Amino acid sequence: MKNKILVVDDEKIVRDSLTHWFQESGYETDSAESAEMALEMLKEKNYDLVLLDMKMPGMSGLDLLPKIKEKDPTIYVILITAYASVPSAIQALKEGAFDYITKPVDPDELDHLVRRALEERRLKRENEMLKNNIKELILPNELIGESLQIKRVLDLVNNIANTNTNVMIRGESGVGKELIAKAIHLNSKRRFFPFVTISCSSYDDLELASEIFGHEKGGFEGTHYKRKGKLELANGGTVYFDEIGCLSPALQEDVMKAIESKQFFRVGGTEIINSDFRVITATHSSLEELVKQGKFREDLYYLINTFTIFVPPLRERREDIKALAEYFLRKYSAIVGKRFAGFSSDVIDFMMTYEWKGNIRELENCIERAVVVGKKDLITMKDLPFDTDDYLSGINDRTLKTMEKKYIEKILSENRWNISRSAEILGIDRVTLYNKIRKYKLGKKDQ
Amino acid sequence: MKLNLITVNFSNDALLEKLTGSLKKILNISINTHQLKLDFSDSYSSERGQYYSTEILLKCKKNLSVLEGYKILLVEMDIYVPALTYIFGEAELNGEFAIVSLARLKPEFYMNPTDSEVFFKRILKEVLHEFGHNLGLYHCIDWDCVMHSSNNIDEVDLKGSDYCRNCRQIINRDIVKVF
Repeated sequence: MKNKILVVDDEKIVRDSLTHWFQESGYETDSAESAEMALEMLKEKNYDLVLLDMKMPGMSGLDLLPKIKEKDPTIYVILITAYASVPSAIQALKEGAFDYITKPVDPDELDHLVRRALEERRLKRENEMLKNNIKELILPNELIGESLQIKRVLDLVNNIANTNTNVMIRGESGVGKELIAKAIHLNSKRRFFPFVTISCSSYDDLELASEIFGHEKGGFEGTHYKRKGKLELANGGTVYFDEIGCLSPALQEDVMKAIESKQFFRVGGTEIINSDFRVITATHSSLEELVKQGKFREDLYYLINTFTIFVPPLRERREDIKALAEYFLRKYSAIVGKRFAGFSSDVIDFMMTYEWKGNIRELENCIERAVVVGKKDLITMKDLPFDTDDYLSGINDRTLKTMEKKYIEKILSENRWNISRSAEILGIDRVTLYNKIRKYKLGKKDQ
Repeated sequence: MKLNLITVNFSNDALLEKLTGSLKKILNISINTHQLKLDFSDSYSSERGQYYSTEILLKCKKNLSVLEGYKILLVEMDIYVPALTYIFGEAELNGEFAIVSLARLKPEFYMNPTDSEVFFKRILKEVLHEFGHNLGLYHCIDWDCVMHSSNNIDEVDLKGSDYCRNCRQIINRDIVKVF
């Protein structure tokens, strides 16, 4: 149901601009040019929020405020004034106004204030109504699945979303850990504020510190300008640390302090930055092992591991494979501009029995490739990237190790050693790919 | 379905060409580009040092009534509506006209170095966002969606640069077969 907002202001252009601005956000918005007209409208309709001009000819906003509260004490009122007047504002707050704001209003400030007011009102009403029924979860587009395994995960999401508990999401690469993190964010009271991802495996130490905490001008060599970090940008929302096991010991200490105190310094800065964020972490490696080896701080491990959600690999939720494949088929068909009726029966059989070691990411890459090369109405086995004859011919040593080495070499070469792209195609993360490059002693050849 | 991109009181062929290419990829519709020169001095607030966007939209509507299709105006001026200190853009919800100001999308506005890629990405996002309002979309709660509201430049950078599946479905289902 849409939130209803009433804008009360004697200036038409202010009424019109605010009404239009709120309508763009999907609010049901009406306006009144006087306090008297507002009172009439409040008799006709139940509003959630009133934006009230403090000074109007006839009955002022300050006079109208107690009358609104008398009619419905649960309505939230934000007063707008052309200039800050402290005594009037204090009186307004005593009379029950939620807050006051000066014209012209900073859109960011107004947006936050209105969201805060509506969220507070919603929570109060929910408490009053003692709503015990579990609300329907809002899910990210690509979180698809009806299997018992994924339903169990979503039950946990439902239980934990509306708390501030730190959550650790575990599971193999490509299972959709970030989607689960997004689902938690979307179903929390923080959903109107940013969801910010920090990829701990993608940067060197200094770059990652700057990414997390931001930096001041000259904070380190080559930084000519100030930059906000992800923790600062996430204020009010959720920070998702992907592959937290990749944090260096030095950064682990700084991150732990920031999570505990919600305060930190930008790199090279002396000003304390405050930011209210919730922490969700993910890892595909064993943090317990890293703790044992002394590579991961035990205190940080306990801090972030308050609640754990394990996302099962795709091979353990095979009943979701068809729905996921159909979703990716629709997605990439639309992007590429082709139409497919579906998959041939042998493709479906293959997909249902294949191991999918790269999980959903591998399935997605497989369908993307099939859509690009597919020419008929149905995706057939020939369209899948599993016809290995072309590049395996001529290899005498058919051990898995050799095959893996050759295949990785081929993908790297095809993608001009672009590690991110190659890792994506292979359905593994960058760290794993680097490890395999080292393991097989692979190197660039002149191209 | 046609979209007209109109630079108002400035010309930048390279920007229009790049923007047209990117929008065609995302929207798959026909896009025309135009240049318009109009005097907006009466919409200028000397007190604010900004231009009143709703008035600019109305004035352009009068001058562009014969132009068929959606019309997105690109201006270099800093724009406002009276209740707010500034806006990045304004659109007619379910209408044909929208305006996007480039003034606060430039990295230099925030004392950052010139970065044409960042600047372009921001323009593309705001054009898609305002066009979404023309097509009847409201603000979306998905941060990966270009229809997420952005009330400061960090939020413009954070949000996605395409419509989410839900917003695309709404456009396809309720409005017209755009995509």
